Amino acid sequence: MSTTYTGPLPVPTPESRPFWDAAKQHRLSLPYCESCKRSFFYPRPFCPFCFGEDVSWRDSCGRGTLITFVINHRPPRSFPNQDPLVIGIVELAEGPRLMSQIVGVEPSPDHVVCDMPVEVVFDDVTAEVTLPKFRPTNRATPL
Amino acid sequence: MSGASSATMPLRARAAIVGVGESDQIGRLADKSAQQLHMEAARNALADAGLGPGDVDAVFTSGRNMANEVPEYLGIKPRFVGGTQVGGCSFLVHVEHAMAAIAAGVCSVALITHGESGYSRIGMPRQRWGDDSVNNQFEIPYGAGGPVIGYGLAATRHMHEYGTTSEQLAEVAVAARAWATLNPRAFSRNPLSIGDVLSSRLIAWPLHLLDCCLVTDAGGAVVLTSAERSRDLPAKPIYVLGAGTSLTHQMVSQMPNFDRWDAAERSGAAAFAMAGVSPRDIDVAEIYDAFTIVPLLALEALGFCGRGESGAFVTGGRIAPGGEFPMNTNGGGLSYTHTGMYGIFLIVEAVRQLRGQSGDAQVNGAELALCHGTGGEWSSAATLILSTHD
Ligand SMILES: [Zn+2]
Repeated sequence: MSTTYTGPLPVPTPESRPFWDAAKQHRLSLPYCESCKRSFFYPRPFCPFCFGEDVSWRDSCGRGTLITFVINHRPPRSFPNQDPLVIGIVELAEGPRLMSQIVGVEPSPDHVVCDMPVEVVFDDVTAEVTLPKFRPTNRATPL
Repeated sequence: MSGASSATMPLRARAAIVGVGESDQIGRLADKSAQQLHMEAARNALADAGLGPGDVDAVFTSGRNMANEVPEYLGIKPRFVGGTQVGGCSFLVHVEHAMAAIAAGVCSVALITHGESGYSRIGMPRQRWGDDSVNNQFEIPYGAGGPVIGYGLAATRHMHEYGTTSEQLAEVAVAARAWATLNPRAFSRNPLSIGDVLSSRLIAWPLHLLDCCLVTDAGGAVVLTSAERSRDLPAKPIYVLGAGTSLTHQMVSQMPNFDRWDAAERSGAAAFAMAGVSPRDIDVAEIYDAFTIVPLLALEALGFCGRGESGAFVTGGRIAPGGEFPMNTNGGGLSYTHTGMYGIFLIVEAVRQLRGQSGDAQVNGAELALCHGTGGEWSSAATLILSTHD
């Protein structure tokens, strides 16, 4: 945990607050539509697939696949350090896709590849905010 | 032309572009506000059309402020207005909306105007997204704060899926520069090689600095009226045969696929269906090149080549001057100008080509042009098909 984190921080809305509260507890929680039985992302109080409003929260297993990525050699100037960042789209085992950072790997296309399995890690960037990030894993994604 | 009748396609060729213009200078303009760039472009486009501000009854513009800002600045009190803001292709969407309004008889002369101080940042809003926006919650904290990230994500997946190479991406920038060397108004006119692109510094792998568009200050404007009225005006009418728009997402993390451009497939299909023409009929294409990957996915989505074939398609100078597929003949956003919302310049250049006014970059005998734009991060797609014939 760093008290000097200078990067941009999410400011929750009422509809996204449960996601960020769960992240702080090191849980990756996703909204789940009780009508069409699908998880979705980002948080909304209704389902973007069926417009249903019977939405609950379910924790993700935290594993997924890296759909695609870039290696950002010019991180925002506000970031705490200027090392290249791997920024990617993760498709979780439950279906939803989200943007995140891929950590714990050399920021090089020799080490990061599309379709590689990844798992969530939680980065407590401040006392209030935890960012879910992902790292490569050898564990298979559950179907 | 065949295939589309006025009964099945009621907007086809009902409106024509009768004026185009740009700000007096384009480039890096430390002494001009975004609003002044609007005005210069509007004044020049109206003069080109043989019209004045008093003839305008519809204004379409796209910025971060209320759509009232530009008409007030210009001293125009429109009875019809469009403020659609879907990113850089917004002005192509405005053409579709203007043609619908003109065909419905609710306006007669539509002014579409753009002014952006993209480099000098004069008269520009400071912040794009609020602190509690979905962008600022779910993308920006991870370092995904600029369009090079969103566009690069598709480049990586396309390379993975189809073996597209950095050299093939660089072909787009090299061809754009070759066109720019023929255009005295272009911002970057020094010769450029594939090696120059590949040795420029990485911004977001796989995209290098020279895979990325310019950042400039400029204005552009387009004037439309009905096909009937256009024949009484001084310029050769350029008919809007087809138009299509599609939105699939706002944040790139919500993009349906990364190795193909769903929105462009839809906007292109709609535009070609309305026009009643096919990709092989197009004489000149102006395709939004914010990054070198954008025309590649567009060429596939619009049907100029098969899926996964765009890298090979652009190789060997095919899209460069003298090639069989003239594309981005002004030098594009990569070498001509790129204010931030480049779309208006696609239309301006297509009209100049169809009028035979593109100077050394003129495509001989061009009668049918395609304009295709992106907005956001592959979020919006808009396609226009313009013609010298109705
Ligand atoms: Zn549902």
